[in-house]
Amino acid sequence: MTETQGTLLRARPDLAAVARWVASGARVLDLGCGDGALLKYLWQARMAPGYGVEIDDAEVTACIRNDVNVLQLDLESGLSAFRDDSFDCVILSETLQTIHRQELLLREMLRVGREAIVSFPNFGYWRARLQIALGGHMPVSKELPYSWYDTPNVHHCTLVDFEALCAKLGLKILERVVLHERKTVTFLPNLLGSIAVYRVTD
Amino acid sequence: MIVTPQKARFAEPLKLKSGAVLPEFEIAYETYGELNEARSNAVLVCHALNASHHVAGCYENDPEDLGWWDNMVGPGKPLDTERFFVIGNNYIGSCFGSTGPASLNPATGKPWGADFPVVTVEDWVAAQARLAEHLGIERFAAVMGGSLGAMQALQWALSYPERVRHSIVIAATPKLSAQNIAFNEVARQAITTDPDFHGGHYHDKGVVPVRGLRIARMIGHITYLSGDAMMEKFGRQLRRAALGFDFDVDFEVESYLRYQGDKFSTYFDANTYLRITKALDYYDPAAEYRGDLAAAFARARAAFLVISFTSDWRFTPQRSREIVKALLDNRRVVSYLEIDAPQGHDAFLLDDPRYFDAVRAYFANIPL
Repeated sequence: MTETQGTLLRARPDLAAVARWVASGARVLDLGCGDGALLKYLWQARMAPGYGVEIDDAEVTACIRNDVNVLQLDLESGLSAFRDDSFDCVILSETLQTIHRQELLLREMLRVGREAIVSFPNFGYWRARLQIALGGHMPVSKELPYSWYDTPNVHHCTLVDFEALCAKLGLKILERVVLHERKTVTFLPNLLGSIAVYRVTD
Repeated sequence: MIVTPQKARFAEPLKLKSGAVLPEFEIAYETYGELNEARSNAVLVCHALNASHHVAGCYENDPEDLGWWDNMVGPGKPLDTERFFVIGNNYIGSCFGSTGPASLNPATGKPWGADFPVVTVEDWVAAQARLAEHLGIERFAAVMGGSLGAMQALQWALSYPERVRHSIVIAATPKLSAQNIAFNEVARQAITTDPDFHGGHYHDKGVVPVRGLRIARMIGHITYLSGDAMMEKFGRQLRRAALGFDFDVDFEVESYLRYQGDKFSTYFDANTYLRITKALDYYDPAAEYRGDLAAAFARARAAFLVISFTSDWRFTPQRSREIVKALLDNRRVVSYLEIDAPQGHDAFLLDDPRYFDAVRAYFANIPL
């Protein structure tokens, strides 16, 4: 692992969890890929080729600078550019909460890929609960750094909510890792974990 | 950057897609930068309808005449001629130096005129491949173009998959729509119904179908700009103090179109215009695969950068996404940018930091 790769994985612990679940040589689609750092890491560390989808101009240029394949497309319109079962793994990291039509996107992810890896900030984390319950205001934290009026996030959920959605869509949860401050949380994860990472299939 | 136009002559006949044969031909070209020792840094730039091999820089005797993509190509520019050896070329059938309808027909010693064959995008690329051989370039680092030039960049990856490493396809379409063909047909009708057209033999009569060319150019110009860009540029601004209640120029936009039409008719050859619009209409690499573009792209080996502009209604982003989808279906290396630019089709010629930064970053990652 190079120094930049190490820095990336330390800065985004959910990406480290994602990277562990991607097999060598797997074909990867990273939705909301940002600057393409994960794709670059997966290519260099796992020889896993892939494409990123990103809407933001500056991030798209950063992807090109990072020499990863990037497609400037809107996730809200689905994944019609991709054929059925064309990927081993479709990643949606810290992007689920910004999507308007989650059900459609999750179905689409598992149409084009065998497995999906989804990570999101857990709205059930105790500090978030406390800020609403006692502070009486929308939570603002390291994981959720936005005020309610300028956030790109539109659909927050908790572990319980996400698992209920998976059940409704008939998706099987293969693995789950819940994190806080780079550490795995196993005790009361919906209360003590700030980031959730799931590996699901249909 | 001072540049000098050059010509390469090819004595061996070129068999065209139509079945006709061009007995010999010349290609006008310019080069910028130096070919490296490994001959691995050559980039071919392909032009659209009314441009030429004069891509960048200026001529010693005419410092005003900047190349049509001078903002993109040059030392320190997105396509950096300090690193790449860039070749601008004029396609055959054009009227800026390469063999075309206005050139002399060796069989008669007179201009080809109406007898010049209809050439296609595939024919242009085949002729460019001869130029590559002439320059000793076995494999291009990239072939790049916008609009009609993008079709050539695309076709290079299909005609000569092993001879192009990167195909940079900007403001493109994999085939013209019925609406696109309709606009071209109106332009052609304007030319062919001009009384000075004489079935294409206007050279013999010592005239030029100026009226037809003017109208053809006006129609073209309308399709190059977005409605918003045109409104922004001209609005309903008047050219004279008040409405004239006659048929002279009232509005700025009329004046602009007339000016563009007049200028164009002084330098562009009508037979060339007819042939280029046909080349556009005919281009459809999926046709021989029953419309399956993915099947057509199966032989491509290049990595692709595809760029479209949201306000381009001539070749919309949807058409570029068709190209991207066909490449994804073949698991090709591809990146796609959809630039939210207001100018319409012409956006591919204009500076936009998002567009230029991406092209610069892309070229920087091409190993030599």
